[in-house]
Amino acid sequence: MNRVVWALRDSWTEAMRHLRIIPRNIELLIFATIQPIMFVVLFVYVFGGSIDVPGFANYDQFLIPGIFSQSLVFGSAFTGIGIAEDLSKGLVDRLRSLPMARSAVLIGRTVSDLVRNIITFFVMLVVSFWPIGFRFEGSLVEAVLATMLLLLFSYALSWVQALMGLSVGSVEAANSAGFIWMFPLTFVSSAFVDPATMPGWLEPVADANPFTVVTNAARALYNGNPVGNDALVSVLWSVGIIAVFASLSIRKFNRSTVA
Amino acid sequence: MSSDLAIDARGLVKRFGDTVAVDGVDLAVPRGAIYGLLGPNGAGKTTTVRMLTTLLRPDGGQAFVDGIDVAADPHGVRTRIGLTGQYAAVEERLTGRENMEFVARLFHMPKSEGRARSVELLERFDLVDAADRVVKGYSGGMRRRLDIAMSLIARPSVLFLDEPTTGLDPRSRLAMWGLIEELEHDGTTVLLTTQYLDEADRLAQRIVVIDHGTVIANGTADELKDQIGGDRMTVQIRHPESRPLALEALAPFCAGEVDVDLDGRTFHFPIRSGDRVVPNVIRALDDAGVDVLDAEVRRPTLDDVFLTLTGRSAADEHEGVAS
Repeated sequence: MNRVVWALRDSWTEAMRHLRIIPRNIELLIFATIQPIMFVVLFVYVFGGSIDVPGFANYDQFLIPGIFSQSLVFGSAFTGIGIAEDLSKGLVDRLRSLPMARSAVLIGRTVSDLVRNIITFFVMLVVSFWPIGFRFEGSLVEAVLATMLLLLFSYALSWVQALMGLSVGSVEAANSAGFIWMFPLTFVSSAFVDPATMPGWLEPVADANPFTVVTNAARALYNGNPVGNDALVSVLWSVGIIAVFASLSIRKFNRSTVA
Repeated sequence: MSSDLAIDARGLVKRFGDTVAVDGVDLAVPRGAIYGLLGPNGAGKTTTVRMLTTLLRPDGGQAFVDGIDVAADPHGVRTRIGLTGQYAAVEERLTGRENMEFVARLFHMPKSEGRARSVELLERFDLVDAADRVVKGYSGGMRRRLDIAMSLIARPSVLFLDEPTTGLDPRSRLAMWGLIEELEHDGTTVLLTTQYLDEADRLAQRIVVIDHGTVIANGTADELKDQIGGDRMTVQIRHPESRPLALEALAPFCAGEVDVDLDGRTFHFPIRSGDRVVPNVIRALDDAGVDVLDAEVRRPTLDDVFLTLTGRSAADEHEGVAS
């Protein structure tokens, strides 16, 4: 029990190392804020007028949960880049020689990226309400639940990114490796269009995509529609991804050293 | 196992694929001593330190740091050591003070103690003025000082300094030497790796010379110098053409091979001990009709030791010149 407490404390210390920097780096903060705003504004005003989705009177109510979902998943790429950056510097050697929990280096990083993603989410939410006019059609509880599903999934993908950041040799490689699969993952899905409109061979791929499941669950909850199994299935996906990739990442991080 | 040893390593082995990086290294460092691990690049110094600091698992042998087995209880070892690696292990985006307090927290020191200790070390390492500035703007010497200060935060019983002055300008290097010498007064045991002979000569009480993963010599700087024989003489003559005559005249004084510089008129050689060597040599050369410009006798340097032991100069190695 004591060991778990220390591991959590060490993880928080590590997370704070990354979080303290956010308010200090004004340029980074501005760009990190502009990006989600741009996503919301561009998609809504560029595609908004030309796409109709059956069952949704207003495309914005369909689209915005998809943009939330995509932006948060993109946010997970910072984990891999950050870990590759840490590994390229001497600091990780120091951390490995300290009497701290080894897993804290990775947990701290993923948690700080989760906090960063929560900030991103609130920025997008504000812009979506005004000027776009997005509304929670369901209850506030449903909206909170929807947000938690999205954040949980992006946290799970942070662990996939962590493993990639540990596996590639450089920050540059982590950057490309981290983003490249995000495009098919988020576009071959229900984030922007109904998969039924896709070519016959692509539709089952989009339907099976866990990102589709998560997006559908969040969208249903934000709009007060029946969510069905999607909420449960998306939690299972996220928990499964965390279980597999967190243990692989932590093992990989520890491998060359004495346990 | 004797408990008066701060580092006690026996037969340490580390392989990377087919390469044996460390091939049976023994080390016995008493408490409170500063030991130098001297060797060229790729000799196995850093790999040895990484095994002793639990960053690498040894493939063979045993090692105890502060009496604790590094393989059996790495966590226990980590509570007692400080490590300063070749690359300054600092978080550039945080301030000096934040870096110190960050490490204090990871050592699980109470907050107030961590703060007080940070202030104390920042003062000692002359970083007070820069304490609240982001490390990114620090000079190389400041980073290295902060790095060592961070390693000392939990009062380690053994401090590992892996090439602490590599890449520093001469002035920062001198300052760093002063700081390392002070550690001795604290009673901290220090294992210092270096490829600079003058650094080992000045700082280390005993020097362990390592090459190709094995210990090839071990002793105080003076012992090592004595081990390779007596004093060295350098003679410079005016005309390179008189070299044969000069060599003939010098032969009775030589205790080994004569090394001739590229200019063809400067000779280095070990001499038999004896009084009045310089006047005798000059007289002999004069009698042979050789015009002498300069003649001096000096103690052997560690570079001579290195050359004798390994057949090549340590300086050649770190300049990257193939020998």
